[in-house]
Amino acid sequence: MAMLEVNNLSISFGGLHAVDGFSMKIEKGELYGLIGPNGAGKTTVFNLLTGVYKPDEGIVLLDGKDITGHSTMDINKEGIARTFQNIRLFKAMSVLDNVKAGLHNHHAYNTLTGILRLPKYFQTEKEMNQKAHEILKVFDLDQEAEVLASNLPYGKQRKLEIARALATDPKLLLLDEPAAGMNPNETQELMDTICFVQKHFHMTILLIEHDMKLVGGICEELTVLNFGQVLTQGKTADVLNDPVVIKAYLGE
Amino acid sequence: MTVMKNTIKNMKKSTKSNLITYGMVIVAYIIVQIFSTTGNLSSMMQGLLVPLCIYVIAAVSLNLVVGFSGELSLGHAGFMCIGAYVSAFFSSCVGDALPGPLRFLFAILIGAAVAGIFGILIGIPVLRLRGDYLAIVTLAFGEIIKNLMNVLYIGIDGSGLHIQASDGGALVLDAGGKVIVNGALGITGTPKDSTFTIGVIIILITLFIVQNLVNSRSGRAIMAIRDNRIAAESIGINITKYKLMAFSISAALAGVAGVLYSHNLATLTVKKFDYNTSIMILVFVVLGGIGNIRGSIIAAVILTALPELLRGLSDYRMLIYAIVLVAMMLFNWAPAAISWRERMKEKIAERRKHQTKEAA
Repeated sequence: MAMLEVNNLSISFGGLHAVDGFSMKIEKGELYGLIGPNGAGKTTVFNLLTGVYKPDEGIVLLDGKDITGHSTMDINKEGIARTFQNIRLFKAMSVLDNVKAGLHNHHAYNTLTGILRLPKYFQTEKEMNQKAHEILKVFDLDQEAEVLASNLPYGKQRKLEIARALATDPKLLLLDEPAAGMNPNETQELMDTICFVQKHFHMTILLIEHDMKLVGGICEELTVLNFGQVLTQGKTADVLNDPVVIKAYLGE
Repeated sequence: MTVMKNTIKNMKKSTKSNLITYGMVIVAYIIVQIFSTTGNLSSMMQGLLVPLCIYVIAAVSLNLVVGFSGELSLGHAGFMCIGAYVSAFFSSCVGDALPGPLRFLFAILIGAAVAGIFGILIGIPVLRLRGDYLAIVTLAFGEIIKNLMNVLYIGIDGSGLHIQASDGGALVLDAGGKVIVNGALGITGTPKDSTFTIGVIIILITLFIVQNLVNSRSGRAIMAIRDNRIAAESIGINITKYKLMAFSISAALAGVAGVLYSHNLATLTVKKFDYNTSIMILVFVVLGGIGNIRGSIIAAVILTALPELLRGLSDYRMLIYAIVLVAMMLFNWAPAAISWRERMKEKIAERRKHQTKEAA
């Protein structure tokens, strides 16, 4: 069974068909790329998958379970975590607390336990700290655990967002332009990190990207979106050499 | 000694900061007690002690909503009003049937519970809004509560409670019955149970609740929602639940401040619980630093005590109060002042380094 199966997903805003009849299938453990020119509807697809928008039509199956139209919170609990194109960190909180917020549903104790500082509080907080440091280490952020998220340099903020998403222990990780605004060195480093996450956590990853080099380098399969519709789909090498794709990107 | 030094060093920054806050309150309490027992406290200051506690509790609890939940609430006095009325009503009904301390304990719990419940009831519609809109609606709710209490008449007699709105004359009681809530005249004869010591204990409990909440899983969720609602949702945090939690805990604590208020005065009327009070509490929070609990306490103490201490200047007192307010706000929050303070801090740190070097 595919990890994510999307069938005929559509949404319109007014008269604009932002996403129209979108379908795709991602296997478990796969690193999948979603590309397309500006305004093609890539982020809208992410918003549909994560419940920010409710689709007009179509269904989304995660690991065989229908999650179409569920709330963002429930979809995260079902196992989809995401990052954002414009970074959305908890800026006034420390790096560690950002990740610990991600652990919210997996290491739980109730509010009264927290206020009264019952033994379960100390035990769970300790587990959380260990787990959070483990995740931060993967992203080379463990030295900056006590730094405020807003004080991190840009590239590290992007990494922290991925770390926070991973903390929710997802089945599927959605990355919205993780390399946006990065220089070539940072991009290379990020590509390595993404590949490492895929292998280390056995993670299924769907990636939106503009950077063709990044996409071609690490994605196994691609879907190309243009004007809200699927232009072509398949193995990375085939897709990138498809004349239709070249035309959509570069013109005739 | 070194062991102790190390434990302090290894403590988390937040824990250290919390302990300093508790310590500050306790030291202030001891100093006041010393002055009081040696007879150096004027009767005016004596009368100011319980109100100080009331406003500190109100400011700390409002900081939970404004600072940590990130919502501007202008109806905080409304929750104080509920706590004050419910508890005064309770104490008047019970009278001497319960011993004083026990009666007051129940009054506090009831005041907190009812104000907390109102916090949830009001929070459900109000928290659908954000920013300025939320502020205006909370302001309206505060006024609604105040005006409802203003026209409420409740009497008690052998056959039970009698409730009337807007017309006290219609309240027909048997012989031996008494009117407890008398409309705009409020509640009279509430036992004077509030003391400075109890006030300080409640401040410490309030600090315990708020600081521990903030440094827990729920507190992280509340702050995550404040910092980025969409991201908080995307990592599976229940927005409504945690917003409502912060709002209702804050309301319950404001209710306790109201209980202290009503048990400090012989006559309780709604006049005190208008939006002026709500705004004043908000001023404490903003001046002390949004999200800074210790700041709220200091601001509440200074700004509550100041007008009374300046009473000797009669006409100029509110003018000086306003000037101090502006000066404090500038000192705390003007960018130039902030950078000046940072420079001073660095200088002091450097000097200290030199000294330790020389000593070595």
